[in-house]
Amino acid sequence: MSTTTPALDKADTPGTTPGVPQAPGPLARLAANPKALLLIAALLLAVVSAVVSGSGVWPEGLTFDLRTPLTELNQWLVENRESHWIFLYFLLHISNTAESSVDLVVTLLESLGFIGVTVLAVLLAWYAGGAGLHRRALRTAGTALVTFLVIGLLGMWEPAMETLGLMVICVIASALVGLVLGLVAGLSDRGERVLRPVFDTMQVLPAFSYLLPFVLIFDVGVPAAFAATVIYAAPPMARLTALGLRGADPVALEASRSLGATPWQQLKTARIPLARRQMFLGLNQTIMMCLSMVVLASMIGAPGLGEEIFRALSILDIGQSLGAGIAIVLIAVWFDRTTAAAGDRLDDPAAVRSTGGSLIQGGVVVVGTAVAAVVGSAIGRVEWPDEWVVSISGPVNSATAWIEDELGSGIPVIGGTLTWASGFANYVINPMRDALQATPWWAILVLGGVLAYLAGRWRAAVTTVLALGVIGGMGLWTRSMDTLSQVIAALVLTLILGFAIGILAARVDWLDRAIRPVLDTMQTMPQFIYLIPMVALFMGGRFAGVAAAVIYALPAVVRITDQGIRSINPAALEAARSLGATTGQQLRQVQIPLARKSLLLAVNQGVVLVLSMVVIAGMIGGGALGVDVVKGLAKGDLGLGMTAGIAIVCLGILLDRVSQPGAEAKRGVS
Amino acid sequence: MKPSKHSRNRRIANSLVAGAGVLGVVALSGCAAETGKSGGSDEVTITVPSWVGAQANAEVAKVILEDELDVKKVNLKTMDEPIAWDALNNGKADAILEDWDGQPEKQKLYLDDGKGGKANEDKHVVKGGDLGVVGHIGWFIPKYYADKHPEAKTYEGLNKLAKDFKTSESGDKGEFLGAAPSYTTYDEYLIKNHKLNFKVKETGNEAAQIKEIQQKYKNKQPFITYWWDPQWLNNDVELVEVKLPEFKEGCNEPAAKTECGYANTPLQKYLNEDFAKNGGDAAEFLKNFKWTTEQQNEVAKWIAKDKMSGEQAAKKWVKENKDVWQAWLPKK
Repeated sequence: MSTTTPALDKADTPGTTPGVPQAPGPLARLAANPKALLLIAALLLAVVSAVVSGSGVWPEGLTFDLRTPLTELNQWLVENRESHWIFLYFLLHISNTAESSVDLVVTLLESLGFIGVTVLAVLLAWYAGGAGLHRRALRTAGTALVTFLVIGLLGMWEPAMETLGLMVICVIASALVGLVLGLVAGLSDRGERVLRPVFDTMQVLPAFSYLLPFVLIFDVGVPAAFAATVIYAAPPMARLTALGLRGADPVALEASRSLGATPWQQLKTARIPLARRQMFLGLNQTIMMCLSMVVLASMIGAPGLGEEIFRALSILDIGQSLGAGIAIVLIAVWFDRTTAAAGDRLDDPAAVRSTGGSLIQGGVVVVGTAVAAVVGSAIGRVEWPDEWVVSISGPVNSATAWIEDELGSGIPVIGGTLTWASGFANYVINPMRDALQATPWWAILVLGGVLAYLAGRWRAAVTTVLALGVIGGMGLWTRSMDTLSQVIAALVLTLILGFAIGILAARVDWLDRAIRPVLDTMQTMPQFIYLIPMVALFMGGRFAGVAAAVIYALPAVVRITDQGIRSINPAALEAARSLGATTGQQLRQVQIPLARKSLLLAVNQGVVLVLSMVVIAGMIGGGALGVDVVKGLAKGDLGLGMTAGIAIVCLGILLDRVSQPGAEAKRGVS
Repeated sequence: MKPSKHSRNRRIANSLVAGAGVLGVVALSGCAAETGKSGGSDEVTITVPSWVGAQANAEVAKVILEDELDVKKVNLKTMDEPIAWDALNNGKADAILEDWDGQPEKQKLYLDDGKGGKANEDKHVVKGGDLGVVGHIGWFIPKYYADKHPEAKTYEGLNKLAKDFKTSESGDKGEFLGAAPSYTTYDEYLIKNHKLNFKVKETGNEAAQIKEIQQKYKNKQPFITYWWDPQWLNNDVELVEVKLPEFKEGCNEPAAKTECGYANTPLQKYLNEDFAKNGGDAAEFLKNFKWTTEQQNEVAKWIAKDKMSGEQAAKKWVKENKDVWQAWLPKK
């Protein structure tokens, strides 16, 4: 890799004596490495040109006006949404169907009552866990019970049901879409060639940027939320279905073919069953992505738990948002455990039962739920009783108020949160932004191109330069460089902290066990819940966004680092140890170099996550382009919002391309 | 000869694509879809913009409609102003209870002026009367700063003191606390057109702006902010308005050329045409709904500062102010 700088290599050279044939000096080694040379040349170009010109404004002549046509399109849509044929005969069918199915599910859940729903969830989990009195079945059932009781206790029952209703429909739709696309990509080489880059790109785009186009088409409300969620969540299902189909054992396929099966029979009896495990994994991921998107989509009118958090954000009520956040985490855990249990059973030969047994168990689920629902309405308990609600909002808010008052500023030596925020802005974000904005646009184009070329050859370089070109062309160069400076600042912090914690956790077992559940929880918390305490601590703005991004991206980086270091060959470490290497030496010279691929992957993941959070921080005044998207949504100015959204997409692609860890490392972990 | 693996796969893939295509065509050629409208008067939908004062209107109206007028369900839909106008016109919502006159284009498109004729055919929004509260937007600085620097009370004088307002967010210019993204603002243009040495800091939402003001006020730091009345925080902090050039009708059109300050706006209610006509008691009540700045601030403060839920705050107010709201009920 090209990032080895002379400074790192210097340590080995000073002790050499003249006369003895020495290793080539750092400069000579550098000269022998064309990649590093290329990088340094590009950096020099950027720095020198920045110093000379001092301003990097994108030339007016190279811009195109996208806002006017978008604004006109928006106006046209507002006027014709109820009358034009494309709505009457096509899009409104989608939106009406989505809306009425969601209504149907929500009504169903409401009429089951809280007892009915809880029993249904518990029985479903029990069934997925293998039914009977196995430990696994009882454990998943227990998770379900706790989940729903706590949701009720927190006073989140009603919004949770709305979220579940939307979830059910979205999961069904995205699983179907994902399945069809996965079959196409898994069976046809041309399909794979076309779809794969699309999925890859979709995976790195911030969820935020999916919202606006659907508002444009469907207006604010459930249908827009539905469409955005389905598009966002379908790729993992498609990707893993395709992977499963392609990875099927050729011998089994050959056997089925030689028995004279038609392609369809072969698909049904051999290929899909063989890919079942992967498909289940895909379904699991799709469900998780649906959940996170359904929550975020409250910005465009989705009801439920997300709306609670969104509202709490607008009055900065941490207590209220935490209740909804816990409910979301619990639902995520319940979904995850239930689908994982069902998935595990696929591999477990002992679990293969007669269809009769499974019918009986299915019957138990249906009858149990019905009985519970009837009992619930008979004793007049359909809604969760108000007197069973425990409010956590008060204590949480007073704790926050204390933190705000005491930790804001004026603490001797360490200063306080507000002092840090302005210090970080003054000494890190501002200089970075000024440097990016002072560098001429063409120098950044060259630098981006070189970085991408080193990471992924010509294709990546061309994509990167194009992405930058689109950003400049839309006239959003300055805004985007502002956003980019925040992303880089957050990324650096994330990597420093993430590598440190990850390396520590890889070496200390109890720490690893202790942080695992914390990481799990942090990864399932909805993104914008992190924003609320940041406003309290840092008064909003760019640093608050950066801090939220660090917290959001940290778990993934820690986890990948931890796993990467743990999975290296123990023999290599043993060898180093027997040679008397100190702990530090083991780490520096064995563990980190061997885990390099994982670390690079962690960088890539970190970039993607940081960007997605930095732009969401637009809701609290950070993230430059993010503010424009929020403004566009709030003012109905889709021209402003969409162009900013496109610029975010371009930044996402760009950052992903320059941080791609190379093909082989990626395959190893996904 | 046996077909190769690839051609088999392709056949399946092609069938799948064709299948999806057929489904699409079926959806296209199917019957025309319904366009949704909200129901009669057993269900009323009120739009709620993002500031707390307006939430207070809606929560109180909801409690009275549901408890006194037997409306089955009142939906409060959180919507920013421009979207609320769209919703009111197409019938997805029934009432806006607090409009700050910040949507001239939408008014032109949707507001039925009552004169009938072809021009009003596609306009489905009608006036619902005054809310009783007069809104005022302006630039405000804390009193402790104005006392020390009386010249800061005009925008020209303030400009000379810009360096006092410098922060890490504004670089070498003074920091101007901006409003939430959906609010009506001309600050950026005012700063530009008067060549003021300030930079707008985006605060993201009302609560964040309030938090920032509270913090700075507590530490007696100078600040300049976009601010408005009625606003419950005005009871807790003493702010002084900075004089901007006087507002004259039309001086803020087009927005980018604005050099004048903000107008005094008697806040308005707007109703969906159909609801206004056929909404019965509910519509009648919303037309009569009229209260004072103090009353609105009281409820808003319970929600925002004391963290009561909207429903609790409204119920409390309704219980304590029976004589006020009884006058709003339709005469039997």
